Amino acid sequence: MKKKNNIGSYITLGVVILIYAAVFIAEQTIPSTSMLFTVLKKGATYALVAVSMNLLNGFTGIFSLGQAGFMLIGAYIYGIFTIPVSMRGQVYQYFDGGLVQFTLPIIIAMILGGLAAAFFAFLIGLPVLRLKSDYLAIATLGFAEIVRAIFQWNGLGPVTNGSNMLRSFPNFNDFNITDAQGNVTVYLSTLIPFIMSGICILIIVLLINSSYGRAFKAIRDDEVAAEAMGINLAHHKRLAFCISSFFAGVSGAMLAMYQTTVQAKSFTSAMTYEILLIVVIGGIGSVTGSVLSSFLFVACSEWWLRFLDEQQMIGDFQVPLLRNGFRLVVFSVIIMIVVLFFRRGIMGDRELWNLNFTGRRKNKGDGK
Amino acid sequence: MSNINDSVLRMEHITMQFGGVVAINDLSLEVRRGEIVALIGPNGAGKTTAFNCITGVYEPTNGVVYFQGKPIALNHPQGKMIRQYAGSEADRYKMLKPIVHTPDRITHMGIARTFQNIRLFSSQTAFENVLIGTHLRRTSNVFTATFRLNAREEKRNREKAEELLEIVGLKDEMNEKATSLPYGKQRRLEIARALATDPSLLLLDEPAAGMNPQETDELGSFIVDIKNRFKLTVFMIEHHMNLVMDISDRIYVLDFGKQIAEGTPEEIQKNPVVIAAYLGVDEE
Repeated sequence: MKKKNNIGSYITLGVVILIYAAVFIAEQTIPSTSMLFTVLKKGATYALVAVSMNLLNGFTGIFSLGQAGFMLIGAYIYGIFTIPVSMRGQVYQYFDGGLVQFTLPIIIAMILGGLAAAFFAFLIGLPVLRLKSDYLAIATLGFAEIVRAIFQWNGLGPVTNGSNMLRSFPNFNDFNITDAQGNVTVYLSTLIPFIMSGICILIIVLLINSSYGRAFKAIRDDEVAAEAMGINLAHHKRLAFCISSFFAGVSGAMLAMYQTTVQAKSFTSAMTYEILLIVVIGGIGSVTGSVLSSFLFVACSEWWLRFLDEQQMIGDFQVPLLRNGFRLVVFSVIIMIVVLFFRRGIMGDRELWNLNFTGRRKNKGDGK
Repeated sequence: MSNINDSVLRMEHITMQFGGVVAINDLSLEVRRGEIVALIGPNGAGKTTAFNCITGVYEPTNGVVYFQGKPIALNHPQGKMIRQYAGSEADRYKMLKPIVHTPDRITHMGIARTFQNIRLFSSQTAFENVLIGTHLRRTSNVFTATFRLNAREEKRNREKAEELLEIVGLKDEMNEKATSLPYGKQRRLEIARALATDPSLLLLDEPAAGMNPQETDELGSFIVDIKNRFKLTVFMIEHHMNLVMDISDRIYVLDFGKQIAEGTPEEIQKNPVVIAAYLGVDEE
């Protein structure tokens, strides 16, 4: 059994290295304005937040809908602490340049964003994690909305810039290596987000396959039995909630880099639903599924299904129905089909490293 | 005081009342080190409720549970229950501070249990089910566990889980999904999982339920075997009288929440009150 798992791990490792190499090569050869890179950058960001949501919903059985709120916290913390001091006068033009007058390194600011999200998760977890299923979902959804309102509040303007957007902080394009004239010599603006979210997802996978991950899955399967096995429910649920929120915060910082601006009003509950959708389509309880489906989802919504929003002509025939907004109709239909006929999603609860590469059905081994 | 050293579990005047329903009334019993004690009684007598009071699933309404001489649950009627209380010994513990532990704390102290309706972790393999039982004795925290700094402990736990599966005879099925195992094996797996928590007292809630006579016989010798091997004390609820009479040292009989008899299997078999309780129920 152990051997088989190792084969799976090596194949996974190989696939991941290939993907990274492909991303790097594509970035050097294909013009950087291509839609492909938009999809890859946003996909990498969404992959992380989807996996973090899966850690809660899929592996611990806590149905939380606060992801957008935690992303918002991460995005703001990142933005607030990385805007260059020289730009602050412009960005905080209504608040006299803001209160914060220093900048932190990008990585530190991202981790700080994650920690802030985890801290808020800890606080709201104290009352909220006593609730079960639907009630918990409603409470966390409410939390996300409250966070959004607070960050838009003008009273906090000197820090959050009120309802105005934060901008001018380092974004993905700043990772490109340029020569003295400002011409890009090595493109890294897609590879870096891949590496960021790759490291985070690796940590989550390690966690899921550790003793704590098994305890999380035990709680999901049967709370009463898990408690009888000596697993402290409150402690473990809080742990899962904080860790998931930490990574949601980090992905929020990545989203800020992707968007190049941050504005609280874009972190709506619709965003949480998008992430939930990715988790469901990918398969609840599968990290691989979440990653795959986030790229698929982003590619469809940003790229492949865009044509549905424009008038299309086949010869002289104008295709009916295609007009602005039709893409969303098609999307909803796809979702209904998935929910009705493919309830287990793309991967079910399987993982790339557990797939059977010999072609024979086998019983699932470690790590689910 | 020598008595206390010998006593693993002692329930004193335990009453459990749900609203107006008294599920257990003034139950006192004792389980001594190395014994196999059975709790029997007709359906609805309150046997599983007694287990739930010991393991922290319920807080008893009144009374004390001692484990190895220390109180692990203590309560007296409070709030609305003071007026509603229908059990006895209402004022006995009034002056004492209630002691409440969650089930995971109780398991930490060394009481492991199995369930009447099997509660395995359904999405996981037999091996993982047992492995989860080792989680509570961990020395790692979430960081060391995630970054595999606890490799030695993890390896030891895996070896232990494998060994336990071998002892209960499930080594060959260790990578099968727990719920795909046949019924009798699921029962054994539940016992293996409970043993993984390093208990000194094992509570078995109807371990032979749904087993045929041959399986029941095997289970009896299996329970005696693991009791000796792990130096356990066993307290079990069981309906199969053959099993109970074969392996238990002492038996307590409950009926309608009250203890109606206590004694060795021979004494219980002859006890007219017990016979009346069982036959009376049968005739209805």
